[in-house]
Amino acid sequence: MGRVVLDHVTKKFDEVVAVDDLSLEIEDREFLVLLGPSGCGKSTALRVIAGLEDPTSGTVTIGDRVVNDVEPKDRDIAMVFQSYALYPHMSVRKNIEFPLRTRHVEPADRQIAVNEAAVALGLVGLLNRKPAQLSGGQRQRVALARAIVRRPAVFLMDEPLSNLDAQLRIQTRAELIELQRNLQTTVVYVTHDQVEAMTMGHRIAIMNDGVLQQVGPPQSVYERPANLFVARFIGNPPMNTMEGRVVDREGVRAVEFEGGCLPLDPAHAAAAEASGAKSLVVGVRPEHLAFSDDGALHAVITVVESLGHERHLICRLTDGQMIIVRQGSDVPRPAEGTAVRLAADPMHLHVFDAVTERRIDPR
Amino acid sequence: MSTIDGGATLGETRSSAVVGVEEPKRPPRSRRRMREIGLAYLLLLPSLVIFGVFIFYPFLRNFYLGFYRTPPFPGLPMRYVGFDQYRDVLTSTDFLDSVKTTVLFMIMTVPAGIALGLGLAVLAHQRLKGIGVYRTIFSSTVATSVAVASVIFGTLFNPVVGLLPWLGVNPRPPILDNPQWALPAVALVTIWQTLGLTFILMSSGLQAIPDEIHEAARVDGAGAGTRFWKITIPLLSPTIFFAVVIGGIFAFQTFGQIDLLTQGGPLKKTNVLTYFVYRTLRTENNDGKAAVLAVALFTITMTLTLVQMRFLERRVHYGR
Repeated sequence: MGRVVLDHVTKKFDEVVAVDDLSLEIEDREFLVLLGPSGCGKSTALRVIAGLEDPTSGTVTIGDRVVNDVEPKDRDIAMVFQSYALYPHMSVRKNIEFPLRTRHVEPADRQIAVNEAAVALGLVGLLNRKPAQLSGGQRQRVALARAIVRRPAVFLMDEPLSNLDAQLRIQTRAELIELQRNLQTTVVYVTHDQVEAMTMGHRIAIMNDGVLQQVGPPQSVYERPANLFVARFIGNPPMNTMEGRVVDREGVRAVEFEGGCLPLDPAHAAAAEASGAKSLVVGVRPEHLAFSDDGALHAVITVVESLGHERHLICRLTDGQMIIVRQGSDVPRPAEGTAVRLAADPMHLHVFDAVTERRIDPR
Repeated sequence: MSTIDGGATLGETRSSAVVGVEEPKRPPRSRRRMREIGLAYLLLLPSLVIFGVFIFYPFLRNFYLGFYRTPPFPGLPMRYVGFDQYRDVLTSTDFLDSVKTTVLFMIMTVPAGIALGLGLAVLAHQRLKGIGVYRTIFSSTVATSVAVASVIFGTLFNPVVGLLPWLGVNPRPPILDNPQWALPAVALVTIWQTLGLTFILMSSGLQAIPDEIHEAARVDGAGAGTRFWKITIPLLSPTIFFAVVIGGIFAFQTFGQIDLLTQGGPLKKTNVLTYFVYRTLRTENNDGKAAVLAVALFTITMTLTLVQMRFLERRVHYGR
């Protein structure tokens, strides 16, 4: 079935390591999102699964066979490209039919399969058009139809929504989720958009510089980022991070940094000290900061960004470091230039070793 | 009231209405338009003059020259014969044979040249180390003139010092003197000489096809052959179409290699139309007949272009 296993896969282009020792298991019928900044190796990893690139080392398994030496066409996969890669000289019908034609499916069966795919993606009225006569959203649907028509075990999607405008992207996102649910097929989905990753994936695999950083369900990745990269990459606005040391403040263990200090939960402080880390990075998400008269952080609001349903308050600590606070729009809007005190819930602090950048969990 | 009067009245009403509303700051639209048209023609005038002097006048003059029969001995006056000379020349065996030869030459050079150029372009389109060297070699004949190509092949075909005798192949009569083989031999030279250009054309066409389309086809189950016939060739059709058109026109303008290698012989088997025109003018000194042949050559080339465009355009895929 559609289980995909990458076992210590490395891909080098000359001296450049695009994918570095990637091991990843994608379950049958799972929607896995490969997330990362551009150039992190996520597309290369996808192309290795597709067979469009040969891994320098490691094995790729699809279903129950190792496919390193299997041609893309024999891997039982379908791929949707960022540019859609439709065949410009063929009609929509011919485009969708192409994977069936190459496999010598009987014309009558082809007809049925094409019609089913066209119905599923709302393309029935467009079958005789050429790709040039379609809008971006319609082309994207044709690319999807061409992928689903053969009912492959695995769909590979390389940033399929990034060429759509914002509104269409949100709509198509939901439709893709439904499609995957209906087809019950494994999907490996590459994106640099964390909103897509959070909303679509059963699990997210975050990559940076060719290295897998963390794999897990979206919410757990958000709540417990495994390292500083993930902490800063996931979340919008991003997590506030301050580098400092553990100190004793009136009997309470706290992380002290140049712009102030944040008290730690005792278990967290114990773990931080036990880890032997010389320097720590403490992180707090914008929604976990609040105004408080006895808050430990002194800050000045410099910019208020109103998004309608919420506000982002861009503040400066005493040393000038920027810190972002998320606020609902149901409270009065604070004036820019106001001096405030901020407190963070110790239960929602994230602590990382500043050198290894790894997360330190409370004991 | 006549229509003309009516028109004048309408025109007056309109212009007075414009004046009545407000003082027009700019001249009325029609006058401005006239002025722009005038300016356009003024700017076109220099090139019109050049075209007129060097192309349109000689062309018409040549057409007119075809109405006069050149006397058999120099010094006698030319005689006006109207379309008689056109009829005589265009129905002559020499002319029809020459057209046949030229068409045959085109059939020998164009498809084979394109196929070879495309084949080399596909080979050189691989992402391999050092492929640039091959690209340079394959495109090098662009920098070779027809004269150089003819001399090279003339030497190779030479029955005494050539490559063939050296290889032990020495056909009698020698290839370029053999009525059966002379035209294919000249066609071979032409294919070789135009190969660089065809290669460059086909290479640029191939590079314009996005890699992702080939990758999509690979994932979709297409093998190398299917990808070539179902993806590459259709997407390359604008380039191929262009190569066919210019190849056909080149074939009808072939002169250098014929003059240098065979002089139209043996037995007029390589007497292509351009060479026929030249011979008629320079050897026979028959201005009138040459003029008729030149008009015929022009008409054929023009028709060829129009027919090719009309017929091929439909099957040509242009961009996305």
